[in-house]
Amino acid sequence: MSILVIAEHDNSSLKQATLSVVAAAKAIGGDIDVLVAGENCGAVAEAAAKAEGVAKVLVADNAAYGHFLGENLGELVAEVGKGYSHILSSAGTTGKDFMPRVAALLDVAQVSDIIRVESEDTFVRPIYAGNAIATVKTSDSIKVVTVRPTGFDPVAAEGGSASVEQVDVVKDAGLSSFVGEQKAESDRPDLASAGIVISGGRGMQNGDNFKMLEQVADVLGAGIGASRAAVDAGFVPNDMQVGQTGKIVAPQLYIAVGISGAIQHLAGMSDSKVIVAINKDEEAPIFQVADYGLVADLFEAVPQLEEELKKVL
Amino acid sequence: MKVLVAVKRVIDYNVKVRVKPDNTGVDLANVKMAMNPFCEIAVEEAVRLKEKGIANEIVVVSIGPKACQEQIRTALALGADRGIHIEADGDVQSLDAAKLLKAVVEKEEPKLVILGKQSIDSDNNQTGQMLAALTGMGQGTFASEVVVDGEKVNVTREVDGGLMTLSLNLPAIVTTDLRLNEPRYASLPNIMKAKKKPLDTMSPADLGVEIASRLTTLKVEAPAGRSAGVKVADVAELVDKLKNEAKVI
Repeated sequence: MSILVIAEHDNSSLKQATLSVVAAAKAIGGDIDVLVAGENCGAVAEAAAKAEGVAKVLVADNAAYGHFLGENLGELVAEVGKGYSHILSSAGTTGKDFMPRVAALLDVAQVSDIIRVESEDTFVRPIYAGNAIATVKTSDSIKVVTVRPTGFDPVAAEGGSASVEQVDVVKDAGLSSFVGEQKAESDRPDLASAGIVISGGRGMQNGDNFKMLEQVADVLGAGIGASRAAVDAGFVPNDMQVGQTGKIVAPQLYIAVGISGAIQHLAGMSDSKVIVAINKDEEAPIFQVADYGLVADLFEAVPQLEEELKKVL
Repeated sequence: MKVLVAVKRVIDYNVKVRVKPDNTGVDLANVKMAMNPFCEIAVEEAVRLKEKGIANEIVVVSIGPKACQEQIRTALALGADRGIHIEADGDVQSLDAAKLLKAVVEKEEPKLVILGKQSIDSDNNQTGQMLAALTGMGQGTFASEVVVDGEKVNVTREVDGGLMTLSLNLPAIVTTDLRLNEPRYASLPNIMKAKKKPLDTMSPADLGVEIASRLTTLKVEAPAGRSAGVKVADVAELVDKLKNEAKVI
């Protein structure tokens, strides 16, 4: 078997999610190559070559791939990947965008968002927002799979010494072009890879009150998330959303503040190692999944939490 | 221009999902069904394009058993003009759905096709992108804003870490994310009017597509439950437990 992993990156650094996808590839077994498609992405290729377990890094460095347009990546990956038994990518927004295109171009099914590998053709994935877990077997000769990064412990980022080869396949479908982007500027750890996440819900009452969470996050070095209710209410932007329709996180410590615990939110965080809930409603469903529950008014508890943490950290 | 919207009948958003005791799937007997929430957003966006005078006809298509005509009627009540029901019992997987929709696109020749980004049952997030690949069209996935400008459409997408705007040549495929719009409710007069709007039924064979499931679900289980832990009395106790018991700070 031979597995092609498509690297997730921003043209300058390799995203940690890629290391989790390589871990999923190792669980399948076989030779693992990594394709880095981007523009001026040499540093990413070097980083991928050092990842544990990677045999070869293929680099497609061209302006056509600079913004990861789904049409161009889809054609490239279908072309490069057709000789492999498996094509894997992270189930981030880039992988979700181009991978189904790859599958359709190769006339195969896609298995989305796997959290476990059972065998080379059988995978485990959540359905119904994580309310059910399906074991799915694919009969296609090329298996196109997206991987939920939190389902797999990343391989070591250092220690490997893969060869690096250029790929001269240029696919510019000419169907779409990049206009612009708004990136959320932040010094905080990325939600998906943060070791500690503190999230606020509708109980925060407004966006300004999230500053209280920021102060706690600064003490802990935590990422900041939000429930869909807080996003829908306009308190914070959607890229902070944790849940079925937002980001899936699984940090060491997850602190839910003023979050009731709707199914859709639990789907995004219930794999966290330790869950803390702070809510004034002792009947809130969040307490049913929390390791430590504090029934309290968050406007008193959160500043106290900041003070207490400063004492011990 | 003509807009095609695809909608799916799924378990209602508010229903608590239960796995069948024999682990063959999710119990859908006597469960309330509804239009997939992301598909409602797709219908709403099409209706808004019509209200702005950009779209002049909205065709809504659904694949599934006879009962999914209910969801087509809902879309007609919300403002779609005509419906197409592709009758298929049993499991229709994303690639087959995309092939069926491709056949409809070839017949109808819409300028814009709008779909939900994923259905809340299988959570695949595939059909729109597969349809785009099969029709050779550009795709604007996870859209939070759609602006039609002559022969182009600008789509702002919800991506990891922010927003990204693309310009696509028309015809194009758009899949909706949550913040694109807030769907309206159908009024009673419009629900009555929708009953008289045209609805064609066809089979996969009529469209020259053979349903060929590539994926087999071996079993479906309930997720490993998390049990409730302990209540702490105050913040000091919480911090003490996190540091000395859980050892996560």
